[in-house]
Amino acid sequence: MKVVLRTPEKEERELKGPKRVRELLAELGVNPEGVIVARGEELLTLDDEVADEDTVEVISAVSGGRA
Amino acid sequence: MKCKKCDRKAAVEVRRQGLAFCPEHYLEWFEHQVTRAIKRHQMLRHRDRVLVAVSGGKDSIALWEALRRLGYNTTGLHIQLGIDGYSKRALEATHRYATERGLPLIVVDLKEAYRLTIPELAELTRRKTCSVCGLTKRYVMNRVAVEEGFDVVATGHNLDDEASVLLGNTLHWQTDALVRQGPLLPAGEKLAKRAKPLYLLTEREILAYTLLRRLPYQHEECPFAAGAKSLVYKEALNKIETMSPGTKQAFLEGYLKKIQPLLQEGLKGEAPELRACERCGYPTTGPVCAFCKTWDLALTWAKRKDLLPGATVFEAKPKLTFATKT
Repeated sequence: MKVVLRTPEKEERELKGPKRVRELLAELGVNPEGVIVARGEELLTLDDEVADEDTVEVISAVSGGRA
Repeated sequence: MKCKKCDRKAAVEVRRQGLAFCPEHYLEWFEHQVTRAIKRHQMLRHRDRVLVAVSGGKDSIALWEALRRLGYNTTGLHIQLGIDGYSKRALEATHRYATERGLPLIVVDLKEAYRLTIPELAELTRRKTCSVCGLTKRYVMNRVAVEEGFDVVATGHNLDDEASVLLGNTLHWQTDALVRQGPLLPAGEKLAKRAKPLYLLTEREILAYTLLRRLPYQHEECPFAAGAKSLVYKEALNKIETMSPGTKQAFLEGYLKKIQPLLQEGLKGEAPELRACERCGYPTTGPVCAFCKTWDLALTWAKRKDLLPGATVFEAKPKLTFATKT
């Protein structure tokens, strides 16, 4: 599967599927609390399974330096 | 995983509350949370003119959208900071959002109004960029609200922002900041009321709302945010949250309900009296406010370094030429 990381710089990774979102994030070392995982316009929960042929985006929710 | 309210597949989990929702019911839940925060602290009334501080990032855009959908009378305020292409793209996202919905937007360009950009201000005063940026934004928001007759300024501060600020203030025992922190800062003489209607929603929940509503927003991070302490605190809190969902909310709400009243009582009388700044007339604790001091110092150095003509004088209250767009 193709994983597009937007944390927030764009980076692409190739992982072996199928696997659940929870496992995918663990493999990437990403804390689920700080991101949303999307397959196209569909938002995924940690239990959702991602197929080997899927492309998912891992979008960072964390922003800093706020006044 | 199924939606808590219907049988459809869940799209967003709210782990801290043991909930999960389909897109439709998530949007409903989110806007209900905003309403709850507004009502609990009497932040806004439907007859109020609300100035929404909009950077173009997900939080402020989501805030504006939620308030618009809840029927509040909103006008956006975007401050152009002059941070290379980043600020231009921030304005583009803000402008696109406002234009697509026919919402009024006020744009204040710092370089035009006060002659310097935020990076120049930080360099000339040798202060941290986030610090002078925050000081300037708070000042300009208040000035626009007071001078343009708005009842309240709404900002997109979220649960992660508030919990990380609380953690930072606690780690350093910043008691003066601890007594002031809160979702609603009351109005005073030439001081607009400030409200944070998203303070009980996490960044992740706000991002989910922004994506599900398909709102245009600036995803890129401010180039000066890298290494900010707030990010370290947020990361630490998110690690704890993963192990123990609900900790961030319990930390913030517990502080506001149980500890802050005691601290306020104990420190009663220690808070310095506010008076009018001798230069600009806006509230401050000393003779001259931090904004006037900082910008005056920066202009002095700018002249010494020939960045501005020698005859330039610091004007405390330049006329703010708004680029008002509808």
